[in-house]
Amino acid sequence: MKEYTDVEEYFDTMEHIESDVMDKVLDLMKRYDPSAYTAKDVVNAIAKERLDIDDFGALLSPAATPYLEKIAIKAKDETAKHFGNSRCMFTPIYTSNYCENRCVYCGFNKDNDIHRAKLTIEEVDKEMTKIAESGLTEILILTGESRTKSDITYIGDCVKTAAKHFSSIGLEVYPMNSDEYHYLRECGADYVTVFQETYDHQRYSELHLGGPKRVFSYRFNAQERALIGGMRGVAFGALLGLGDFRKDAFACGIHAYFLQRKYPHAEISYSLPRLRPFINNEEDTNQVHEKELLQTALAYRLFMPFAGETISTRECPKFRNNIVTLCATKISAGVCVGIGGRAEEEKGDEQFEISDPRNVEEVRKALVERGLQPVFNDYVRV
Amino acid sequence: MNDKLVIGKHEFNSRFILGSGKFSLEMTNAVIKNGGVEIATLAIRRANKGGEENILDYIPKGITLLPNTSGARNAEEAFRIARLARELGCGDMIKIEIIKDSRYLLPDNCETIKACKLLSDEGFIAMPYMMPDLSAARSMAEAGASAIMPLGAPIGSNKGLLTKEFIKIMVEEIDLPIIVDAGIGCPSQACEAMELGCAAVMANTAIATAKDVPAMATAFKMAIEAGRIAYLAGLGRILDNKAEASSPLTGFLED
Repeated sequence: MKEYTDVEEYFDTMEHIESDVMDKVLDLMKRYDPSAYTAKDVVNAIAKERLDIDDFGALLSPAATPYLEKIAIKAKDETAKHFGNSRCMFTPIYTSNYCENRCVYCGFNKDNDIHRAKLTIEEVDKEMTKIAESGLTEILILTGESRTKSDITYIGDCVKTAAKHFSSIGLEVYPMNSDEYHYLRECGADYVTVFQETYDHQRYSELHLGGPKRVFSYRFNAQERALIGGMRGVAFGALLGLGDFRKDAFACGIHAYFLQRKYPHAEISYSLPRLRPFINNEEDTNQVHEKELLQTALAYRLFMPFAGETISTRECPKFRNNIVTLCATKISAGVCVGIGGRAEEEKGDEQFEISDPRNVEEVRKALVERGLQPVFNDYVRV
Repeated sequence: MNDKLVIGKHEFNSRFILGSGKFSLEMTNAVIKNGGVEIATLAIRRANKGGEENILDYIPKGITLLPNTSGARNAEEAFRIARLARELGCGDMIKIEIIKDSRYLLPDNCETIKACKLLSDEGFIAMPYMMPDLSAARSMAEAGASAIMPLGAPIGSNKGLLTKEFIKIMVEEIDLPIIVDAGIGCPSQACEAMELGCAAVMANTAIATAKDVPAMATAFKMAIEAGRIAYLAGLGRILDNKAEASSPLTGFLED
């Protein structure tokens, strides 16, 4: 079945794993035709106790848009069934914005003339101390994708530092080999997030002009290598708006589905990023509006009712306040997307603009006002 | 319609697996014929020449034998029984039955997992009879099983699909044929199992204890076929008349 070949060869250092997940996902994505669904398909999908891949496709289709309210009602129920009223809070920390990739939509693009910086471990510790004062116990460590500027040892040291302050540590860094994930797991990391950005590999090659990220399949298999390396959970995301968002959301949804089937112990979570303005690209050419984003989030909830959903500060407070009542289970607060800036002055530029500048207390309050229970600590390291 | 039951390298048109050993051997032929049966189980411990008659003499040619390891109390015994089955010319399919409980005859999942590994490594098409437990089923699949045979209710009880919710989960989660084995008491229950997406149903007592044994085989055949067609057709939705809120959940999009 394998028809896909990478536009660029694997680098010598990149690990190959035996997996049929990518072929399955790309094959189903190719056959997925959002315009083929009818209202009846949507109604049937909503009524099901357990949705199959085709039902998920129906919920993402244009035929589902008139049923958004009905889908929201079901989603709210499902979220309550699996998560009750608890919603996790966390914050990201960007420790470096050096990057070797040339992704046309990204502020960290190697070709962009921005202030580059990397926090020293001492600075990381200061920033984390500051964050920990807010009461948060979950942190997401992010770096630009540079194996030279932020190598595995550096990331490992960031994780070890984080482990002193936080009980749950996520990573959103470059894809790596399973032994490297294993090392970072030993350092204290729990979760790995990798966005495939777009699952349309043609579009992918047009948008990712250089750097290791150009190797589509190495990125695709990152979550699986992370699980092989012993990570507790993995998160998935398509940057909606880069390609046909329905097809990308479909592929992202089933990517997680197939991995969970293969690794049933893995904790699964979806992120919901959509394209926003960033440095050197102020123009908004995005066709994914709040309504489309919500449709995607609700479809993920019905398809994988047990999966986490993270809502980013790319979205405005009003949207975030509402989506956490329906299907999002994890919300960030007190976010800085530049390098540093919490304990000391910002050292390096941001990856994108955020739309929700609220601090931890403000987000916490907003959750409580909606009858939700903010959860700061959802994991105990043993 | 090209809708085959695939178990290991074998393909079948019928999804009715007949358990033998509970009705008189001379009725076997009629039951097989009426039921459209292509697979029939037999207990190796009975197939030996020990008894009065040998069941092997009664099963018509063209029927695939599914020898079981009944009598085995652990993986090692099941393994030896399976080898014996092969020597007797019963083919390469083996239903693993490991039972350490003489009252309810409930299977031992732990030993069954071990047996799956031993037998599949030896080239058998292993079909474990088991308590419907998802973790155990996954371990059996990993150990090389070619189908999973969860029980619906205690064997011989005719109590039906008492484990329905768990069987549903297995159908959804396990990428192998799920065959309900044990407990099915009447055709409607067999039909229901098939509607859930089970790949086949095994029945024995329900037929053996009917007043008219061959006629009951016919009824099972029809029920299993109906359930299969319904599953493939996709069951209709169940109405859920939940009222929509006066202030809609998605209203915030419009503001």
